[in-house]
Amino acid sequence: MLNKQYEAMEVKKLKELQRERLKWSLTHAYNNVPYYRQAFDKAKFNPDKFSSLDDLKHVPFLMKQTMRDNYPFGLFAVPMEKVVRIHSSSGTTGNATVVGYTKNDIEVWAEVMARTIAAAGGSEKDIIQVAYGYGLFTGGLGVHYGAEKLGATVIPISGGNTERQLMLIKDFGTTMLACTPSYAINMADYVEKKMPDYDFKKTKLKAGIFGAEPWTENMRKEIESRMGIDAYDIYGLSEVIGPGVSCECSQKSGLHVFEDHFYVEVIDPETGEVLPEGEKGEIVYTSLTKEACPVIRYRSRDITRIYRDACKCGRTLIKMEKVTGRSDDMLIIRGVNVFPMQIEAVLMEIEGTEPHYQIIVDRKGALDDVEIMVEVNEKIFTDELGALKGLAERIEQRIRSALGISAKITLVEPSTLQRSEGKAKRVIDKRQL
Amino acid sequence: MNVTQLSLFLENRPGHLQNALKVLADEGVNIMTLTIAEVADFGIVRMIVNKPQKALEALRQHKFVCSPTDVLAIELDDKPGSLLKALETFSKRNLNIEYMYAFTEKRGDRAVMIFKFADIEAAKKALLEEGFNVVKKIDLIGE
Repeated sequence: MLNKQYEAMEVKKLKELQRERLKWSLTHAYNNVPYYRQAFDKAKFNPDKFSSLDDLKHVPFLMKQTMRDNYPFGLFAVPMEKVVRIHSSSGTTGNATVVGYTKNDIEVWAEVMARTIAAAGGSEKDIIQVAYGYGLFTGGLGVHYGAEKLGATVIPISGGNTERQLMLIKDFGTTMLACTPSYAINMADYVEKKMPDYDFKKTKLKAGIFGAEPWTENMRKEIESRMGIDAYDIYGLSEVIGPGVSCECSQKSGLHVFEDHFYVEVIDPETGEVLPEGEKGEIVYTSLTKEACPVIRYRSRDITRIYRDACKCGRTLIKMEKVTGRSDDMLIIRGVNVFPMQIEAVLMEIEGTEPHYQIIVDRKGALDDVEIMVEVNEKIFTDELGALKGLAERIEQRIRSALGISAKITLVEPSTLQRSEGKAKRVIDKRQL
Repeated sequence: MNVTQLSLFLENRPGHLQNALKVLADEGVNIMTLTIAEVADFGIVRMIVNKPQKALEALRQHKFVCSPTDVLAIELDDKPGSLLKALETFSKRNLNIEYMYAFTEKRGDRAVMIFKFADIEAAKKALLEEGFNVVKKIDLIGE
């Protein structure tokens, strides 16, 4: 454990710390961001009168759309000269949301990421290969700063170029890998197909911290057995800070939320009502220490439950279950929970670009039938029929291995899929359930 | 010297080819030859037109996925065995034809075939060395 003072703090003390910090955060947002001032005033919420954590339920939610509406810097709470970094999420469904960091925010981010790596068994002795993308996406730089803060050796290779990734794992003696779980599987596939002499078990790789997309226990087993490592789930979202919001520990059962910096609630996505600990619902985040971009009751749309147990790792921090779904768009296909974002992740991995697609679910006889229409773009189009057909087959295969469903992939012309207000309609469910 | 072929992605459904050809007609683009390779759901239309750049821009503007591909136009005697002779050249040099099709118009008494190779320059070199006439773009589409 990197920071016992906070990670193993007595729960009562932790709650008192949260209450103090929450009051600061609410006041900071109210005083410096016009949106929060208007929203709090409208809800007749006065941060000065905030006295217990329970009062937070009177504060209005922050929606993703509000972040988009305030593009680019409308929700910043400090002048630009205090902002040292900008990140932006392309968003999976529309406009970008932009976030800023002060020097102190970057320090906090590095701290929670360093704890995350330590929770997966990392220390200054480790060599960490960061195969998350560097750039506006928070994955690459988030892990990078955390690893440096921990004192580990960082290999900032960024995403892609699988052969080189594998070569460096071997040549540099990489001990930990950070990337998306689907990219880890992609590496294992690559070795199997193209590098028969390469043996993960002969490298020094011992663990991976995987995140940025939902993944299943089956994928964990697959990664662990094929690469001979321990695979840990890490979680975060750029709106809240980036990776480092929560992480798994040695127990691999639930992700500890860094509660000294982030306050979590779980709500009923329909009514907005706060649910008791242990119940499943949408997780909502409030930043406690963020200066540049405070988020107050940000609705993540991620479905999970939160609970406190006596974790063997010694952390007292609340846990959240592995996020496997979103409140907006879950599908159940032949008993398997499927989220459009999982399909999106596969398309993204194969096409290397934000895909336009539509999922059509129908019932043929007693069985659910899935068709995924994928718009062809200049980037994936090739003059060769066989290559295009191969692309469709590759997508089909990856969907089967990553999601456990078989879907028919149909390539369609660009701009043919229905869009409403510039936002693609991702799912058409024709079943009468 | 290479000829620009346009390759166009279309769904294999009624009306789709028509939509694309309407764009070309409206732009006053003349199609000199056209062939389609298809599977059940979609196809690739390959064509040689008189104004490739204009056609490409117009199609893209209308949201079609279209890309230019360099191909070779080879002039052959219009008599038995002359295509075979060309193919012998390719196999001798281990040059694989990715696809080929015929030109609709004859040049004098000779036929024109279109060939796509992975290594177009190697194919061109082989053909020239073996005495074939590779038709220049300008002679074919007048541009």
